[in-house]
Amino acid sequence: MKKFINKVDDVLVESLSGFALAHNDLVSLHLDPNFLTRKQKASNKVAIISGGGSGHEPLHAGYIGYGMLDAACPGHVFTSPTPDQMLAAAEAVHADKGILFIVKNYAGDVMNFEMAAEMLPYESATVLTSDDCAVVNSTYTTGRRGVAGTVIVEKCVGSLAETGADLQACKALGDKVNSRTASMGVALTSCTVPAAGRPTFDIGDTELEMGVGIHGEPGRRREAVREADAIVNDIVNAILESLKPDSNSEALLLINGFGATPLMELYLIYNTAARLFSEHGIKISRSLVGNYTTALDMAGASVTLCLLDNEIKQHWDSPVHTAALRWNR
Amino acid sequence: MKSPFILSAAVAIHDSILNHESELESLDRAIGDGDHYINMKRGTQTIVEMQPELASLTPDAALNKIGMKLLSTIGGASGPLLASFFMGMAKVIKEKNDESLITYASAFAAGVEMIRQRGKADLGEKTMLDVLMPVANQFTALAAQNASAKEISAALILTAEQGMLATKDLIATKGRAAGLGERAIGHIDPGAKSCQLMIEAVCNLIE
Repeated sequence: MKKFINKVDDVLVESLSGFALAHNDLVSLHLDPNFLTRKQKASNKVAIISGGGSGHEPLHAGYIGYGMLDAACPGHVFTSPTPDQMLAAAEAVHADKGILFIVKNYAGDVMNFEMAAEMLPYESATVLTSDDCAVVNSTYTTGRRGVAGTVIVEKCVGSLAETGADLQACKALGDKVNSRTASMGVALTSCTVPAAGRPTFDIGDTELEMGVGIHGEPGRRREAVREADAIVNDIVNAILESLKPDSNSEALLLINGFGATPLMELYLIYNTAARLFSEHGIKISRSLVGNYTTALDMAGASVTLCLLDNEIKQHWDSPVHTAALRWNR
Repeated sequence: MKSPFILSAAVAIHDSILNHESELESLDRAIGDGDHYINMKRGTQTIVEMQPELASLTPDAALNKIGMKLLSTIGGASGPLLASFFMGMAKVIKEKNDESLITYASAFAAGVEMIRQRGKADLGEKTMLDVLMPVANQFTALAAQNASAKEISAALILTAEQGMLATKDLIATKGRAAGLGERAIGHIDPGAKSCQLMIEAVCNLIE
């Protein structure tokens, strides 16, 4: 394992400290329990809190700030945060209109946020994100995984919350965006969890994992590497099958890097995906390309399509000022 | 159950987890995300370090404290599930307030039921419940038949092992391996393995 590490046990706190220092105009870091909040506490709005295992940066702390999250709770690498973190974060950012948790749909995250919600002295609601359409078999009752589409949910819900909308309205928008969003990823290499010290899974030099999860969990199938157009074509078809969009649908296309794939290749993927979706009559009117939901040092990328309507478009376009997303302000 | 037993059980569990590092890691890398061993090691280590604090508590308070501590240190799915187990167990120990095997069996079963509710899972879904539910049932049955502690612990070690091995042929419908479908067949569930190890470690302490 070659990584920039001092001591394995210190990786998380040193990284969080660097993040807080680099963005000290935007965020404050609280340790033990670990959570980050906006520098300036917002008032009279639903407090939006997300969190999850670390290793997916900039998710979630990179989305703290005006127009998105009020707080984020980072767990250990690829491990859900614990209820004491959510409770402390809620205490810090609660602004009299309740707490909305945005949680990626994994058993651990769901249970930890659920226990936090049960112990919380404030009104709360939860939006579960489940945009990963790689896992489709309906007998898997834990349902689909939450991946890069979570960023779109956090952006839109965060925007609505700034208008003073109530908790139920924020939850409803989050659920709507999630239901109109589908993603699928592909890995060219594994990732290495610092504390484990070796790759999470074995993959040959000429293999790819189609439908991989953001922790390196296996996806649909292992197959031989092919040309990019063929790989992207399979992903686009899986997304279309999942969302079944009407022709003339308007959409946001997000190409997300998993950490070790250069932007040059992400744009190449965008080029193919945009063309293929257009051929299916979908009008791509919004785009985002970059590392927004990573899997440590995994090489690979995911494609996310979000079907827009006027409400989602308005909240996607609205001003946002965070470490990782920033526009119109 | 006396507090000194809880303390030695905590040490035995921690040792057993450490002794099975490579097995737990490879199981979780095969069908999970590779963090199960690290999380279990961190959680059980924390409990061992709490020994001085736990020693001064009544058994039910000690079990509750263990639950809350696991909740804030393990994370993932194992944290809330194991925490729910110890809290469920503590509740029965407190209510019954005796040291009979029947009480311990019913406390164990209550803990397992808490896991079932929290995880919204059941038998046959390739999870820790495939070890815990048969063990709870057998513990309850043997305690009702007035079996000795030694007989019960010997039987539970075998049942836990059978339950753990049985997860190998199951398709996962709960937990992170659920995304794998048939590819999970042929792999033992790491959560079932760590539960089997914990049960074995505690049962081996019974003289």
